Amino acid sequence: MAEASQNDSPLSPDAFDLLHVERRVQSLSRPSLSYWQDAWIRLRANRRALISLYIVLGLLVFTLFGPLLWPVDPSAQDLDQISRPPGASRAAVIVDPYQPWDGKSFSPMQAPVQTGLRLAEPANAQAVRLLWDPMPGAAGYRIYRNIFPMNPGDALGLPLAETLTGADTTFEDRMDLRPRRYYYTIVALDGLGEETKAMEMLPVEVTRVITLEEAKERGLVGADAQLVPGNAVQLALHPLGTDYLGRDMLARLMYGARVSLFIGICAPFLFVLFGVVYGSASGFLGGRWDHLFMRFADFVIALPFLLFMILFKIAFGIGPGESGIMPMVVAMVMLSWPATARLVRGQILQIREEGYISASRLLGARTGYLVLRHMIPNTMGVILVTVTFAVPSAIFTEAFLSFIGMGVAPPTPSWGSMCNEGIKTMLTYPHELIFPAVFISITVLAFNLLGDGLRDALDARMRSRE
Amino acid sequence: MWRYTLRRLIQGVITVWFIATATFIAMHNVPGDPLSSDKAVSEEIRANLEAKYGLDRPVTQQYLIYVKNLLRGDFGISFTQKNREVNDIIREHFPVSATLGILAIVFAGLGGVLWGALTALYRNRLPDIVIMFLVILGISVPSFVFAALGQLALVNLNDLLGISLLPVAGWGTVWHMLVPSLVLGLGTMAYLTRLMRSSMLEIISSDFVRTARAKGLPATQIFTRHQLRNAILPVVTVLGPSIAAITTGGFVVEMVFAIPGLGRYFVQAVQQLDYTVIMGTTVFYGAFLVFMVIVVDLLYGWIDPRVRLE
Repeated sequence: MAEASQNDSPLSPDAFDLLHVERRVQSLSRPSLSYWQDAWIRLRANRRALISLYIVLGLLVFTLFGPLLWPVDPSAQDLDQISRPPGASRAAVIVDPYQPWDGKSFSPMQAPVQTGLRLAEPANAQAVRLLWDPMPGAAGYRIYRNIFPMNPGDALGLPLAETLTGADTTFEDRMDLRPRRYYYTIVALDGLGEETKAMEMLPVEVTRVITLEEAKERGLVGADAQLVPGNAVQLALHPLGTDYLGRDMLARLMYGARVSLFIGICAPFLFVLFGVVYGSASGFLGGRWDHLFMRFADFVIALPFLLFMILFKIAFGIGPGESGIMPMVVAMVMLSWPATARLVRGQILQIREEGYISASRLLGARTGYLVLRHMIPNTMGVILVTVTFAVPSAIFTEAFLSFIGMGVAPPTPSWGSMCNEGIKTMLTYPHELIFPAVFISITVLAFNLLGDGLRDALDARMRSRE
Repeated sequence: MWRYTLRRLIQGVITVWFIATATFIAMHNVPGDPLSSDKAVSEEIRANLEAKYGLDRPVTQQYLIYVKNLLRGDFGISFTQKNREVNDIIREHFPVSATLGILAIVFAGLGGVLWGALTALYRNRLPDIVIMFLVILGISVPSFVFAALGQLALVNLNDLLGISLLPVAGWGTVWHMLVPSLVLGLGTMAYLTRLMRSSMLEIISSDFVRTARAKGLPATQIFTRHQLRNAILPVVTVLGPSIAAITTGGFVVEMVFAIPGLGRYFVQAVQQLDYTVIMGTTVFYGAFLVFMVIVVDLLYGWIDPRVRLE
């Protein structure tokens, strides 16, 4: 039959040659864009998301390379500068080393007041030496110190000491003096030790001082510097001030960022990874296994998250010298994976029914190939968005736990624990609370906005209506 | 409907059992033991104490006793406070937390619905921009910072007015509750505002609103009867998670404002490692949250007839 048709046909094989090849008359095609290229273009068009991306990158640079530029130990204390707000004066006056006072020797003092309660010597952070005239009928005196100016009738502040006779009219205060203004009050006591109405008050401005040896030791001046008492030196610089233990805020914020961002990025990454494996296994196995897997996920999802974070944190415990970062990450992973697992399972079930999967299978693709080539790349967008939104909540969780004292162990700084410390001195030194709080807020804000942008760019179906 | 309720309740009970078991396992893996303290105690005293708290028995038996006691609603005796039952602690302090939480939910719900509806109506105009900026702030700032700022604002306000307008901390009167519950509700309020806005935008462009407008109904009536009622539905669905967020958020707010609620008690117990109190409050809170979620889900089915629960 085939032979017959060949013989009968007037067609020769060269009849099938092309007559002429038509060159492209016009071209409407652009270079094809991959999914990720398209998403990147869309993300770049979103200004808010782009700025957030820069902020996130900036934070990473801040925490990774900041300590190289600002190599200050975050746990080193500067006891001369405790709770200093940023921009505060750093000048200190060189003085002689402390000498005990016998209460009798006075250095020449050009004070305007030479009667009543007065300073025996210039007041400095080493000692405040007070001197007053005997009050008639006084059998002793009680000395108070206050850090606030007082109105009549107000409490006089901290009772420092009592003198035993009316003739004792000197007092030396060396107790935890800071460079600031103090209000000293002397109250005369009667024979029974009760306070009388006779009292005198003196505001004292305490100056910051440092001995020459100390200044040399800390490298504030050269080892061969010739300075005499009365000369001024500049103390160590703390651009963002110091905390209540005199630790540098900038260094602590940098190291705290390491902890907060490590937990905030590492934990979501790990639990999303686990959720992807669990969810795709469940979705792919299907049937009874799927049911069993998802029932377990339902139970884990029903656990109250923060309560169990606290519980697991206790259960893991923190040994001496440990920072407690890893237990927190582990606890977070153990509790947070089911949401991702559910999401991925849903995606896998959906994709499994798509035409291109059938087509691929028809062409002989194996299961492993299907999962790696089609399923995971197609869920990648959703997964990435999940990770981005999981970061701020992980940072919040870390901050919350550190704030109630269940987070990283001191002296490791984290933004949450810095807030916890800062809130105690909130009224007098607000910068100790404000800086870490601002960092937490900016980071969370940036990740939230970046997540919004990524969702819009990666997944047209989930596009927000804003 | 009844079958659905029953099924959810059974599921809830199993979940609570799961929570109780997980709590038990977690607490029995704590390094150290509940009786170790700074004071050295002799062997006999220690044995007596262990016998008193049942710690001398095998773990499986302890677990059975624990579950049996839980079934009777008995959470045991505090380790750090002599002869104080965990039940008493919960009975005494939970109402405080519940009051605070309910007020916070009310603030958050009313505020969220109101601001969300407002932003949708004034879409892309000044009120929308201002409120949405505040909302983003509300989502990004941790609750303890709000608590601290709220307290700071109170101090300054009282200073400025020269009188004690609102108490800075403590509990007792309505005036004590106002600022803490507002602070506690802020984060949720921001979240609900966002949700309400997108839901409202969807409703505004829906067919039935256009029909109502075409019928010539007054705008206020369309707003209250058609738009608001339908837009609220998604807000109701997230009330369950919101209750959880507000409950745990209460820990911090109660700490900062020195409110004698169960949350502050729980944090204290955690810091002092008071085993029975931790276990008792965790199980109690867990059960509470699980059943609140069920209640909210049932409520949703009742409010929205489109959700047919089989």
